[in-house]
Amino acid sequence: MTLSPFVHRHIGPNAEEQQEMLNALSCVSLDSLINQAVPEDLRVKSPLNLPEGKDEHEALSELEELLSENVLLTSLIGQGYYDCITPPVIQRNMFENPGWYTSYTPYQPEISQGRLEMLFNFQTLITELTGLPIAGASLLDEATAVAESATLAVRSFKGKRRKILVASELFPQTMSTLKTRLKPLGLPIETGASCDNETAGVIVQWPDAKGLANDFRSIVNSAKAAGALVILAADPLALTKLECPGNLGVDIAVGSMQRYGVPMGLGGPHAAYMAVTDKLKRMMPGRIIGQSVDSNGQPAYRLALQTREQHIRRGDATSNICTAQALLANMAAAYAIYHGPEGLRNIADRIHAHAAAFAEAAKANGYELVGEQFFDTVTLKTPDASSLQATAREAGIAIHADNGHVSMAFDETTNDQTVETLATIFKLKVNERDTVFAPFAARTESWLTQEIFHNVRSETQMMRYLRKLMDKDLALDRAMIPLGSCTMKLNAASEMMPVSWAKNGSLHPFLPADCQLGTHHMAKQTESWLSEITGFAATSLQPNAGSQGEYAGLLAIKAYHEANGNEDRNICLIPTSAHGTNPASAVMCGMQVVPVGCDDAGNIDLAHLRDRIEQHRDHLAALMVTYPSTHGVFEETIKDICREVHAAGGQVYMDGANLNAMVGLVRPGDIGADVCHMNLHKTFCIPHGGGGPGIGPIGVASHLKPFLPGNGQAGEHRAVSAAPLGSASIICITWMYIRMMGGAGLTEATKVAILNANYLAERIKESFPVLYRGAKGFVAHECILDTRDVKEVGVTVDDLAKRLIDYGFHAPTMSWPVVGTLMVEPTESEDKAELDRFADAMNKIRIEIAEIEAGKVEYTRSALAHAPHAADSLTAEKWDRDYPRIMGPFPAEQTISDKYWPPVARVDNAFGDRNLVCSCPPMDSFEEAA
Amino acid sequence: MATRYFTEDHEWLEVDGDTATVGITEHACEQLGDLAFVELPEVGTAGVKGDDVAVVESIKAASDIYMPVSGEITEINTPMGDDCTVLSDGPESSGWIWKMKLSNPSELDSLMDAEAYQTLIS
Repeated sequence: MTLSPFVHRHIGPNAEEQQEMLNALSCVSLDSLINQAVPEDLRVKSPLNLPEGKDEHEALSELEELLSENVLLTSLIGQGYYDCITPPVIQRNMFENPGWYTSYTPYQPEISQGRLEMLFNFQTLITELTGLPIAGASLLDEATAVAESATLAVRSFKGKRRKILVASELFPQTMSTLKTRLKPLGLPIETGASCDNETAGVIVQWPDAKGLANDFRSIVNSAKAAGALVILAADPLALTKLECPGNLGVDIAVGSMQRYGVPMGLGGPHAAYMAVTDKLKRMMPGRIIGQSVDSNGQPAYRLALQTREQHIRRGDATSNICTAQALLANMAAAYAIYHGPEGLRNIADRIHAHAAAFAEAAKANGYELVGEQFFDTVTLKTPDASSLQATAREAGIAIHADNGHVSMAFDETTNDQTVETLATIFKLKVNERDTVFAPFAARTESWLTQEIFHNVRSETQMMRYLRKLMDKDLALDRAMIPLGSCTMKLNAASEMMPVSWAKNGSLHPFLPADCQLGTHHMAKQTESWLSEITGFAATSLQPNAGSQGEYAGLLAIKAYHEANGNEDRNICLIPTSAHGTNPASAVMCGMQVVPVGCDDAGNIDLAHLRDRIEQHRDHLAALMVTYPSTHGVFEETIKDICREVHAAGGQVYMDGANLNAMVGLVRPGDIGADVCHMNLHKTFCIPHGGGGPGIGPIGVASHLKPFLPGNGQAGEHRAVSAAPLGSASIICITWMYIRMMGGAGLTEATKVAILNANYLAERIKESFPVLYRGAKGFVAHECILDTRDVKEVGVTVDDLAKRLIDYGFHAPTMSWPVVGTLMVEPTESEDKAELDRFADAMNKIRIEIAEIEAGKVEYTRSALAHAPHAADSLTAEKWDRDYPRIMGPFPAEQTISDKYWPPVARVDNAFGDRNLVCSCPPMDSFEEAA
Repeated sequence: MATRYFTEDHEWLEVDGDTATVGITEHACEQLGDLAFVELPEVGTAGVKGDDVAVVESIKAASDIYMPVSGEITEINTPMGDDCTVLSDGPESSGWIWKMKLSNPSELDSLMDAEAYQTLIS
């Protein structure tokens, strides 16, 4: 069998290196390793039925042809998605730059200061736009952000108030997603009612779905009188002209930052924002970047208030959300920096002038507007809605039509030509007008006065600012990121290139179906390939994150039980070793979480599981199980586990976080899972983007197919994301990967991922033993290094992680799933030399620990305690440590010729959480302080 | 004469008549690590033994604090809400969390004395 040439570009070690590694493991061949590492009765009997892999240029041509079916129209559809201009300097230096898109979520702040700074800028932008003091580092999309704000409101009343009132016309996809999210929690949604003492929150969209920035002060007043919170879904470009929601009494503001320079991408990915009052900060979902200090007292950024989140609070978390849309939030922040407040307002003014000119002409010609308080979207009442829509389509313009209305949403790309074409369609005469938007509540105070939004105007300045930040971060373009459970593999250039194609990215998600055929064919192919890989009947690409996949999968299980008359099946069994998202997702589905213990070998405790099943036999909804286990082991008993759950009437949800150990070898559907989510941002090459985007599709067995997520814009049930295809514009990355690897290449990649993990385990085991192994002594695609004994001399697992930075590495996953250990996942993309470099670093660190153990070095004066070493460690006047100064930043020979410098020393986490600062104060506050 | 009791959830309470002062033990504080925030209960909250009424958060963990016995909260250590070092500086003294009026003093019988608690944690 011949492999496509790309396979050898994707897989790190060549044949010779693989043989050397196999020799070290005393295995004669790769297959003999796999035979021992992966239980035989689980393995597939025939190769994956996928098209043979193509080389890069051939695959690109094929995709180009496929996407050529898409029709590019000028989109004036609006409804939450607006065409915009990505400044080329941002497109090239950020969006298309692996230094930005291959970094991981910034859990290790010392090597993440660049993107943390940009996300901090994003939060500053949001606090300035909304006038609310606390903003997060982005949510998945506007629809889920609205749903999250509704549950936040309920949480703020500790469940004593449970009703949500929708007080204006929301975008249909927002309403559908809200319904999906609130129904399983039994939280009622009211429309057309008024607040009472059971109302937790009132939702207003501003401008509303018809484009009107209505005066909502009376809604605020009645909400306040009833003691309810006010939630505003607000357009961030309109907000440049409108009064701050915070000044109007709003408690929670949310919205989509897409039109700040991010392509529509047929629906995503985009960053949603959320900002809240100070009182609500500890209940907010999602990432928050905070400012703290490093060990030298220098300012440094970090993730703040993590105790709200699923990885710590599990079922009691504020949401199941794990990540953000970091890359897109960073693009939006860069866009605002590049334009500055004046530039943003100019864009808003220009858009409004086009809208106003068109509206004026329409009125003059006898059309009736639904209202005058529009910003960018003009909605006309007309009996000819569908024929006008059809005529516009012929002229190359897509407009929105429903129930006797047509609406046109003007945007940054609208020019006079667009307006003239529209005039012809509507048979109008448009006069040039320079109308200024005059809403009922205009923004009058100065805003966005922070220096960064004023200092970067020329392209040279922007290019250098982006480079400066990027250089602070350690991404895959510099070194291996051996994070266990995160699968930081190659994100190949050829996979990324189509993301920027107009025929991939410049499409509105609500374009007529015949205009998006190319993307739909690509998505269908991807779905069928993923179904083949996982052994399921169907796949849905809609969930736009792994957590969303979990949620969608559990909803499908719940709906299946309900359809069978088993409404009372609501117990979800979850092993204690599970990822924190699992219980968080189950709770969001209205399920009750019952934990199942693990035995000493790290496997699910079968006796305990059986007890739990027996105890809850009549109410068992599902077991959530990660495979291979979160301990990095192929459990031999998985089939029995699935069988027993099924016998009790339950369903098996498989967490696909570790799918990279299975592709081509084991299929979740074959071993008994009913549903499984895949992390396309792990196993299937979508880059992590510094903390998002991702895609978390679910594969389901045939009996669950009717319960997959529906199209929210069309009002269907179980929509979990705003757009029908979720983050449609990055599906092409996975399409390219599968198309280039073919079934044989994917299987080879899995085998090498397992080889790499076992080789690392072998090379490091004398320094740090491997905590769990499979029945024949091998690990899966990752391994847990037991570093707990270093505690005896005061060394912490944090010290190890930070010392690895000095060696030029991102730390492995720390203290998860076992406290005090490191979990290492090298992936197939790392070559032997890089693996050796990492093993050497770990072994050298062990020697450093041994020196402390031997009493030669005092822990408090050790390199470990003071890691990482920023450049100032070389210049500090005083030196009172037990190691030569040079050994701080240069512990290995290789670091001399190729040095990564952390921009800050160890970041003080406690300081940052005790003194939360999540946005840059405006300039005038500096003046006051001075 | 005040008597000090301990719970398996690492809380202490000092009982004087029908009122008690409640906090978490030094051992619990050490286990949590660097504290970041204490979410205090509201005065007037009535609950039964085992209800979670407060939260102590560190950088890496969040721990619910339960009513060690049934009763009503009469006073809280207000400065702690803004400054968690009030707790970490003296968990078993100035770092008390709330005071409460007991509704079922017989529940005290099931709690531990200092010696038993020492045995539990050693």
